[in-house]
Amino acid sequence: MRLDERKYVVGGIFIIIAFIYLIRLFYIQVINDKYKLSSENNTIKKVDIYPSRGVFYDRNGRLLVSNEPGYDIMVIPSQIKDLDTAKFCNLLGITIEDFRAKLEKANQGQWRYKPSVFEKGIDIESYGIIQEKLLYYPGFYAETSTLRKYPSFASHLIGYLGEVSPGMLERDSVNYYRQGDIVGWSGIEAYYENVLRGKRGTKLVLVDVFNNEKGSYANGKFDTTAIPGSSLNLTIDAELQKYGEILMQNKVGSIVAIEPSTGEILSLVSSPTFDNNLLVGKKRNKNFRELQLNDTLNPLFNRALQAKYPPGSIFKLVQALIGMEEGVITENFGAPCNKSLVGCHNHPMATNVKKGVQFSCNPYFYAVFKRVINQNKSSNYFKDTEIGLGLWNKHIETFGLGKRLNVDLTNVSSGGIPTPNYYDKIYGKGRWAYSTIYSLSIGQGEVEVIPMQMANLAAIMANKGYYYTPHVVKSIQEADTVSPLYYPKINTSVSSKYYDVIHEGMRAVVEEPGGTARRAKIDSITVCGKTGTAQNPHGEDHSVFIAFAPMENPKIAIAVYVENAGFGGTWAAPIASLMMEKYLTGEIKNKAKEERILKADIINRKNMQ
Amino acid sequence: MRRSRSILSNIDTPTLLLYLSLVMIGWISIYAAVYNELHHSIFSMSQLYGKQLIWIIAGLVIGGIVLTIDSEFYTTFAYVIYGLLILSLLFVFIAGDEVNGAKSWIKIGGFSLQPSEFAKFATALVLSKFLSGINIKFNEFKAKAISLLIIAVPVMFILLQNDTGSAIVYGVFILVIFRKGLINGNILLFGLGGALIAILTLILRRSEFTWFDFTFSGSYLLMGILAIITLLIYYVLRKVKRSWLVCFGGLIIALGLVIGIDYFFDNVLKPYQVSRINITLGLESDPQGAGYNLEQSLIAIGSGGFTGKGFLEGTQTKFNFVPEQSTDFIFCTIGEEWGFLGTFITIALYVSLFLRLLFLAERQRSEFSRIYGYSVACILFFHFMVNIGMTIGLAPVIGIPLPFISYGGSSMWSFTILLFIFLKLDSDRLMVFR
Repeated sequence: MRLDERKYVVGGIFIIIAFIYLIRLFYIQVINDKYKLSSENNTIKKVDIYPSRGVFYDRNGRLLVSNEPGYDIMVIPSQIKDLDTAKFCNLLGITIEDFRAKLEKANQGQWRYKPSVFEKGIDIESYGIIQEKLLYYPGFYAETSTLRKYPSFASHLIGYLGEVSPGMLERDSVNYYRQGDIVGWSGIEAYYENVLRGKRGTKLVLVDVFNNEKGSYANGKFDTTAIPGSSLNLTIDAELQKYGEILMQNKVGSIVAIEPSTGEILSLVSSPTFDNNLLVGKKRNKNFRELQLNDTLNPLFNRALQAKYPPGSIFKLVQALIGMEEGVITENFGAPCNKSLVGCHNHPMATNVKKGVQFSCNPYFYAVFKRVINQNKSSNYFKDTEIGLGLWNKHIETFGLGKRLNVDLTNVSSGGIPTPNYYDKIYGKGRWAYSTIYSLSIGQGEVEVIPMQMANLAAIMANKGYYYTPHVVKSIQEADTVSPLYYPKINTSVSSKYYDVIHEGMRAVVEEPGGTARRAKIDSITVCGKTGTAQNPHGEDHSVFIAFAPMENPKIAIAVYVENAGFGGTWAAPIASLMMEKYLTGEIKNKAKEERILKADIINRKNMQ
Repeated sequence: MRRSRSILSNIDTPTLLLYLSLVMIGWISIYAAVYNELHHSIFSMSQLYGKQLIWIIAGLVIGGIVLTIDSEFYTTFAYVIYGLLILSLLFVFIAGDEVNGAKSWIKIGGFSLQPSEFAKFATALVLSKFLSGINIKFNEFKAKAISLLIIAVPVMFILLQNDTGSAIVYGVFILVIFRKGLINGNILLFGLGGALIAILTLILRRSEFTWFDFTFSGSYLLMGILAIITLLIYYVLRKVKRSWLVCFGGLIIALGLVIGIDYFFDNVLKPYQVSRINITLGLESDPQGAGYNLEQSLIAIGSGGFTGKGFLEGTQTKFNFVPEQSTDFIFCTIGEEWGFLGTFITIALYVSLFLRLLFLAERQRSEFSRIYGYSVACILFFHFMVNIGMTIGLAPVIGIPLPFISYGGSSMWSFTILLFIFLKLDSDRLMVFR
């Protein structure tokens, strides 16, 4: 090749390279569609619009739970520059380890270039300080969100929110939830989650590389609007609820009050309680751990729904009713107080059902229950007991015992009523008789109920034989419509005529000398009640009381359970009476009675006169 | 010389028009790249397009000055200019500013200059001056060594500034030397073969192969294949005299290259450099990491389609997905908003310019002018090849500007000076310079 011809080599190289580039450009620009889609993925962002969560009103229309503005701190890790970690942690009030963990989480794979939540739920006061300084930390910015504002009482009832758990995500068959979504974890917040959350909307927006919105895509043609969550009208009386919680301070136990004619729960107290405002926003997880692990009294445990106790003597009401319905006793059935059968206290002889209830005579109910169980339906004594218990079980179930009440709250225990099967498993078939199960007659032994069931029992007594499933939400309120929730009337297997004598007995418990709950008396109102003193193997007896009032036209039925407080008439009865008086009259006449309860510290066994 | 002549007479009009077209395309693209609704005024000095307008006007003034200076000046003072720019490269070490990891800027008043950009035309001048000397015999070792030294000195300083991209540009002088006959054509072929082996090494060295119970790396496989090919070639050429020397000498060099590259990649290059090269070869894919720039650049250009999204309608560029989109990745804006038509026209304009420059170079009487012309064409071409290749994934991501189009005063002025000196030399092509 002549030197002169080399110009063609140089020119040839120029042309060949240009030609290769043009082929490549033709391929990526005209032939291949991949990049057009990528470009849309880049710039069109689907933004979720979270609607505001439904709020709660109490039965008198008082706002109980509302929303207030909060802020989420977002991070785009790839944009973080010259970060003074220590200062930044200080600003957000997190530890350096926390910071590292969060950043690590946000820094995975493609998320490096996309925004993710760094710190959730900053309240408006803290944000005031953070807001100004956030500008100095590139890669971090704030997004508005909402935070729940709770009334600081009724916490068990209302429940709390939390980040959706992996298990929930798995069970979410319609794939509504996304990782990091906030959902109801307990109480009404959890039970009514689907109603409260509303419907998430989406909009398509154009974004730049920093995820700044640059306007809507296609004029919002593909957007869906968010539908706000529905509000709930609760059956709870806020004043009564608050009062109940004050009364139960320094005591372990619960109060459940129901309006008998509707099944509406007026108050539901579980003590000790907690403030669910502690479980809002960024402090949530820390406080949750604290409440769950470090508090021996387990305040997150809702005793009204989850604690299973022996009912004690209040069970005698049911035993008398079943006895009369079965026809094995009449209201004039009398029995001696034979303490050799089962222990008792000193009282005049119970010559009829009314007196049996009034004196709460243990041997009396031993005899009643024996007549129910052993009706000589089989010549085999063991077989006869089995038949009798089966019969009894059928009645008991209609009182809402031994089965889960469909209360509109989460984690409701069903309690436990022993069946023939149950005893067969323990002792073997044909190996157990009345002598094995007689404790059931006085509400001890293998029987377990939750306070909610006890309150429902009080409502059944008040209604003379029926109940409405207890519930805490009266109606669901959408933008302009209110849909009341319907609950059917549920009858017990015992005819209402037998309840009259029970009412008499319950009245005598409170009103007549020799009654076990004289402390429950309210001057202007006739109260019907029944005490219970539930033995428990772990320590002092539990103090139990159920009641309703006024006798003539019951407006409130109540159950009070105070752990390790001793005799039912001493603590549970006065607490119940204060609650009823407060609800029915709006004020307490007997200040000394109130003072005594307020002062008593049963947890530390102080001021227990 | 007649002083009365207008500075534009005798200037090659096609070249000037190509130059002005590219500058205009550049300014429009920069406007589109940084456009946002808030700033309407095209003269806004706070915006890059406003500043670029200043660089362009100043560039034209500088170009005008270059044209008024006597051609003899460039030959006479070639060494002086070269010396001054080497000094300014040195000065960067003392008082330079660092931008993007490269310490290659000097701040003068309100703006920064990059001496390494200007060193290109100085090197071209000196190389032309040296190679056009009458006493040079091109097969002499000494001549080759001096040529190499002229190129190597600025390269060394620029490398020390950590500006690898700018340094690589000087490699293009090989084409100039080749044209001049200083290197054998076979060397280019060898170079091509070497590059092929190098690329194969990079592709294969990470893979492992198992043959029966014997596992070996891809490098060994490649070496084995090279040995077999050599044996085959030798078998064919065994009758030719001294063919064994060529074959086995070549084999040893090839094997050395494989081992050397392996070593070079594992021990000399920095991880990010290795990863950039691997991404270009398609060995690594990390669309959100090191490959992010390339991926976004491909999306921008690819989404342009045949006719583009329209002026100011490019979402990739408008929303800043493409990094460095006014400087190194300005070609993306053209690709996205003007589509294949735009990229075709741009490339056509460039190739026309390069070929026009080769044509002008070939018509020079003066050896100096011809070599300088080749230098100009080759430098511009190299920038064009690396920059556009980078945006479409055919070259590694090396941050060097697209001549006349990319934003930046230093590059605009240095390319203008580079080109206009040649235009001046061409206007005086009837004279013979030494």
